[in-house]
Amino acid sequence: MIDFGYGLTPSSAIDLDKMDRTHFEILIRREPDVLKCMACGSCAASCTAGVYTTMNLRKGILLLSRGQEKSALEQFRSCMLCGKCQLVCPRGINTRNLILSILKTYSIQ
Amino acid sequence: MKERFASGYNDFVLPFMLSMIFILVYLLVAIIRVIIQLPPKDRKRYLLSLINPVILVKDIKDIICDVLLHVKIWKRKPLLGYMHSSIAFGWFMIILIGHIETFLYVPERAGLLYYPIFFRFFMMETNHTLQGALLFFLMDFFLLVILSGIALAMFKRIRSRALGMRRTTRTTLPDKIAMYALWAIFPLRLLAEGFTAGISGGSFLTKSVWLLFSNFLSNDYHILPTWWAYSIALGTFFFCLPFTRYMHIPTEIFFITLKNAGIKSWHPRKGYALAEIYSCSSCGMCIDACPMNAQKKNLKYSSVYFIRFLRRRNRRKMEEIADKCLQCGKCVAVCPVEVDSCRLKLLSRERHRDGKIKADYTYLQRVNTVEPAEKRPKVLYYAGCMSQLTPSIGKAMGSLLDKASVEWSPMDKDGGICCGRPLILSGRREEAQAMIQRNTELILASGADTLLVTCPICFKVFREEYNLPGIRVVHHSQYLNELVKSGALKVEKEDTRMVYHDPCELGRGCGIYEEPRELLSKVCELVPAGHERDESICCGGSVGSITLSHEERVHITDAAVEDLMTNHPQEIVTACPLCLKTFSPRSAKKVRDLAEVIDRCSTSPEK
Repeated sequence: MIDFGYGLTPSSAIDLDKMDRTHFEILIRREPDVLKCMACGSCAASCTAGVYTTMNLRKGILLLSRGQEKSALEQFRSCMLCGKCQLVCPRGINTRNLILSILKTYSIQ
Repeated sequence: MKERFASGYNDFVLPFMLSMIFILVYLLVAIIRVIIQLPPKDRKRYLLSLINPVILVKDIKDIICDVLLHVKIWKRKPLLGYMHSSIAFGWFMIILIGHIETFLYVPERAGLLYYPIFFRFFMMETNHTLQGALLFFLMDFFLLVILSGIALAMFKRIRSRALGMRRTTRTTLPDKIAMYALWAIFPLRLLAEGFTAGISGGSFLTKSVWLLFSNFLSNDYHILPTWWAYSIALGTFFFCLPFTRYMHIPTEIFFITLKNAGIKSWHPRKGYALAEIYSCSSCGMCIDACPMNAQKKNLKYSSVYFIRFLRRRNRRKMEEIADKCLQCGKCVAVCPVEVDSCRLKLLSRERHRDGKIKADYTYLQRVNTVEPAEKRPKVLYYAGCMSQLTPSIGKAMGSLLDKASVEWSPMDKDGGICCGRPLILSGRREEAQAMIQRNTELILASGADTLLVTCPICFKVFREEYNLPGIRVVHHSQYLNELVKSGALKVEKEDTRMVYHDPCELGRGCGIYEEPRELLSKVCELVPAGHERDESICCGGSVGSITLSHEERVHITDAAVEDLMTNHPQEIVTACPLCLKTFSPRSAKKVRDLAEVIDRCSTSPEK
């Protein structure tokens, strides 16, 4: 077959029926604030680690809630827990405990 | 004065003697256990301190001031101080004078533990007893002092507020048993000595009781039962002692010698920490001190309960409190025993952290925020993460440094590395080393001789955890004060009433109270807050707490603002970007940083 330089990208659709939410439920119990997030991105904009790495709390919460743990977790490893995100969060989310709870709840396979 | 019984013994001394032997053996085992648990370096240090005359003198001074006289409580709450010292000092004097009496009148019984305690039972008056009148008077006097203390203690249970405490500790069952036994000991002693005063003689108190009772209870059969009751009360108290808060009485003496040897806790429950835990008297001073008590439901997170659960090895509750704590250090500042509960909580966090995902800070090596110094700036200014959220501080600081013609360069103008303290505060000391290491490299590479910091959180960690040879770490409150004093900055006094808020990390954390006040008093009228210096209330924004939610923090902030408003200032001044950021949305009056205020009121001396 002639290669025209086009290909199929894998589907990014999320099957909500097959999604594994066990870890996320544990996370909600540990830090219920995770449900308050409205994805405004203030945390990511002010992040100290975000200047140098892909650390992005907004994206992380979104991916975790969709069950896309694999792509979410790597970035939390660079967090320095400085707490700036907590101060700028308009929803008053306890982000430091949220990040610590994520590190406690999940594991990277 | 002569002995009534040739044997010098009666069965009623048994409850006292058995409990005394029990408690002495228990204490000996406990002390040996603590010393064995100490790391070899600390153990050597401790044993050497016991032969060092300077430390020994300090030990004795501290034991007299803290254990017997309770000077620290006197300073804060005089009536409460009287209550504690009357019981402690009075009891000590009664034991001491009892021994002196025994030694003077019946030296052959001097080795018996019970003899000085039950002296009046075993002795009878003769014609020469007047020689002992002074000792008898002193005995009765100190008994009266103790009884007044016990009366206050009983009253405190009903109305603690009268003694200066809004809230007291919830007592446990063993605590209650020991407390009632303690309350019973001295009235029973008075009764026993009163009934016996006809034979043994007495002074103004015991003799009066005897005169009173002899009118309608002249029968000598009352003597023995009251001595039995007195001995049983003593026995109950000493048997309960190891399982109650009263264990602090013997432990504190040992704890003072450990503390003065310069040892610090390294494990939340072993060695030094064990002595610390058992020295906690559950007095509850930390309950009123804790900023979290702005909400009544948070009373259960006070340090006293942390220590209690730590002692009982209740890991779940202990961790819950440790994670809630703001680490503001106020409970440590007001603690009469100087139990460093904040450190214990931090150690507990370090020990009980569990996480499956390991942190990855390799990217820090690529961060380079310091330009290689060509001109070699004298001052390197590290704003810190929090100051980046309050750019007004950095701007004012830059303007001030320029006015004073200081050669300076910023270390983290467009984002830098965190100082590492927030990680340490969340129990991740090892991970924080990555930040400490990289920041140290950057600071040393800059060639500066002064590291200027506007954030007390960073200031504390730079001072305590970093090794920066030849570099002076200075907080802007100190630095600006020096600039103004040396004339590098000219300030003018404004007609504004201001109140200064002591940030926890700067005040209690680093002991800097004077410099900001000295500086502010030159530019404005400084009014006092309700609680100041080591009693200042945390703003509520502390990165020390892990699990405290935003809603709970707001209550603390409101309480702190209200306290600052006591003398109706026009502006609130603080020296911490985190306090500034936390107060600003909750305060009706303008909140400013020290740097902003000074920038507004100062001019360059050249102009």
